[in-house]
Amino acid sequence: MGGGKIMESTNTLSLPADWRDFFALTKPRVMTLVIFTGLCGLLAAPGTIHPVLAFTAILCIAVGAGGAAALNQWWEADIDAGMKRTANRPLPSGRMERSSARDFGFALSGGSVMVMGLANGVLPAAILALSIFYYAWIYTVWLKPRTPQNIVIGGGAGAFPPLIGWVAVTGHITLMPVLLFLIIFMWTPPHFWALALFVQTDYAKVGIPMMPVVAGERATRRQILAYAALLLPLAATPWFIGGAGAIYGVSALVLGGIFLALSIKVGLRTSVPGDGMVPEKRLFAFSIIYLFALFAVLVADRFVTLQGWQ
Amino acid sequence: MMADDPQKTDLEIFRARQKARNRVMGLVLVALAVLFFAITIVKMGLHSAGQM
Repeated sequence: MGGGKIMESTNTLSLPADWRDFFALTKPRVMTLVIFTGLCGLLAAPGTIHPVLAFTAILCIAVGAGGAAALNQWWEADIDAGMKRTANRPLPSGRMERSSARDFGFALSGGSVMVMGLANGVLPAAILALSIFYYAWIYTVWLKPRTPQNIVIGGGAGAFPPLIGWVAVTGHITLMPVLLFLIIFMWTPPHFWALALFVQTDYAKVGIPMMPVVAGERATRRQILAYAALLLPLAATPWFIGGAGAIYGVSALVLGGIFLALSIKVGLRTSVPGDGMVPEKRLFAFSIIYLFALFAVLVADRFVTLQGWQ
Repeated sequence: MMADDPQKTDLEIFRARQKARNRVMGLVLVALAVLFFAITIVKMGLHSAGQM
């Protein structure tokens, strides 16, 4: 209950949750990546969109992601309570009632889809609705507690923003936005498993079948390496098919090369107690930089092409 | 979340949180009204320009 109960006249009142806790439910840090990749999809798409409608599209992508995150925390409150990393979230710490998080999540999700439908059209709104359903139900409720492949398939949820941004401009789905989707899809497993390797104990404690818990560290390291190897040519494919220019292509190969080199270090080593998991932490940190840089270069490449400089 | 002032009574905390939430809700509603107005104007403009 939100921090305790107070007596006023003859009624017992619950303390309402602080508005900052509602904001925390939307996972603002994750949202920055969602906003960024969504914006890059929108800016890299061929065509034009009115700035007000572009702003609305990004706002809806962000709010939809926030709604999905709130629903995720509503469903996983008990699991979050058992992990050090998540125990201080509004629900497990008891600062907010579960029903408040549920209602907030549904309101944000429904509202964002509706506004996007009105402002940007049915197709981007439908993809946004699918992405929220994918994260809140397919990943959170269905896959995460059942299979160590949860991250692989669930990674699709985070891959939707650039696709939605792109479709908000063009109004239809082509190979390029699908490739952007696939890049994030392939990037998610090595990104998340690198994290899971150094917070392994927490996931094991609450019974979530993360790859390192179920298949072991060795298998996880091999799979990180495999995904990083697949990501390298996949990220350069927009250049190969002519959807992006040389600036993007060369950058994708260089960034992918660094990502692969860091993944090789993680993939081929065996950790020993007390080694600090430095290569894993380094790979996790670089994976975030990688995605930001790759999408930023995609937009820069489009800008340079539009100016006729390449 | 920022911690509540330990000097405050529960009733004061209750009222302060309610007030803060009302203020945030008010700002959100005003922002939505402005957004819907802007979307409507833009849509009407695009419609009359034959771009929709």
